[in-house]
Amino acid sequence: MALKLHGLPMSTCTTRAMVCLHEKAVDFELVPVNLFGGEHKQPSFLAKNPFGQVPVLEDGDVTLFESRAITSYVAEKFKETGTDLIRHNNLKEAALVKVWIEVESQTFNPAISPIILEFFVAPKLGNTPDQAIIDANLEKLGKVLDVYESKLSSTKYLAGDFFSLADLNHFPYTHYFMQSPWASVVNDRPHVKAWWEDISSRPAFKKVAEGMTFG
Amino acid sequence: MAIKVLGSPVSTCTARVLLCLCEKGLEYELLPIDLASGAHKRQPFLSLNPFGQIPALEDGEVSLFESRAINRYLARKHKDIGTDLLQSNSLVESALAETWMEVEAHQFDRPITAILRQIIVNPMYGIAPDEKAIETEMEKLGKVLDVYEERLSKCKYLAGDNYSLADLHHIPSLVYFMKTTKANAITSRPHVSAWWNDISTKPVTVKISANMKV
Repeated sequence: MALKLHGLPMSTCTTRAMVCLHEKAVDFELVPVNLFGGEHKQPSFLAKNPFGQVPVLEDGDVTLFESRAITSYVAEKFKETGTDLIRHNNLKEAALVKVWIEVESQTFNPAISPIILEFFVAPKLGNTPDQAIIDANLEKLGKVLDVYESKLSSTKYLAGDFFSLADLNHFPYTHYFMQSPWASVVNDRPHVKAWWEDISSRPAFKKVAEGMTFG
Repeated sequence: MAIKVLGSPVSTCTARVLLCLCEKGLEYELLPIDLASGAHKRQPFLSLNPFGQIPALEDGEVSLFESRAINRYLARKHKDIGTDLLQSNSLVESALAETWMEVEAHQFDRPITAILRQIIVNPMYGIAPDEKAIETEMEKLGKVLDVYEERLSKCKYLAGDNYSLADLHHIPSLVYFMKTTKANAITSRPHVSAWWNDISTKPVTVKISANMKV
């Protein structure tokens, strides 16, 4: 029975899971959730994710939420096939992947997601983007990407000279960011720019990017 | 050669790692970092964590940062000794532990850290707590804890029947939170309260939290 992923093809967190599934060549069915109609706050959805957010993954009798837990599960369950996203045969490499997964989660994401929310999402909800929030987070993001610039000048990808889940988890927010007026924050940093051009040209990323349009 | 942890015993993120090390029964050396003088923002510390934050861990030639990554590494490397913190023999239980570890990192940590910053950290720098901000964050935390209350009415620990990193990761912030006037957010929710009583009285928790004083 194929895996079911509940979410939407333009949702950042849903697409994080979709890219991972494509990288591992795992068959799945995308089950649309009517976010604008509030389906994710209804009891039937809350039974799957009590926090009322997408995505949710159903694999037989296993139901998971939190996109990074989902990508971690998919990478682990299918570790013997497709791209080796977690370096499972090398404890040191696996540990470095975990470090940069946390960096994305704890340091990169809090700086980039408010920018995406203000610039892309707020207008869809009839609100004006708050430039003060955007400016403050652009400054934070710049400092984070300075560290990335330094790291990526010594290794090709974040955890080492191999593509991993640490790079993949950056995909959705960065994809939208590069369509914002501030893509220069990435493009002005040559190693970050090269890294982004490399990972965003992967077939799995290009496939998922096709569905990532608002409205 | 013993594991080295660079950090501070009163730091929540350092304590998160110390709890894991002790649950696994691993020998380690805690090397204090002089935060007041900004040692963590300079070399040589920056070569261990380019983001200039504690803790960092050195295990032979492996050098790591981010407390939650460090714990996942330790739990996996030493899965056969001490407490089994990642349910390593079951993919499904391990996936549930990962899910609730993400919940801690994304849903729980933000509001509780904001509250502790207002109530405990800001006064240390002569900044008055912002009551409105505290109220906003307490409301967010309350909604998260309502989900926990429901979850913990169905199973003993967050990931299921067994104690895991998903529970452990909450401990350091809660040690401080329970000393504030807001502790009733926990004590007023019977299943959350019972869970906290359980995990806070584990010998390892008692030992590490004894050094967590500000």
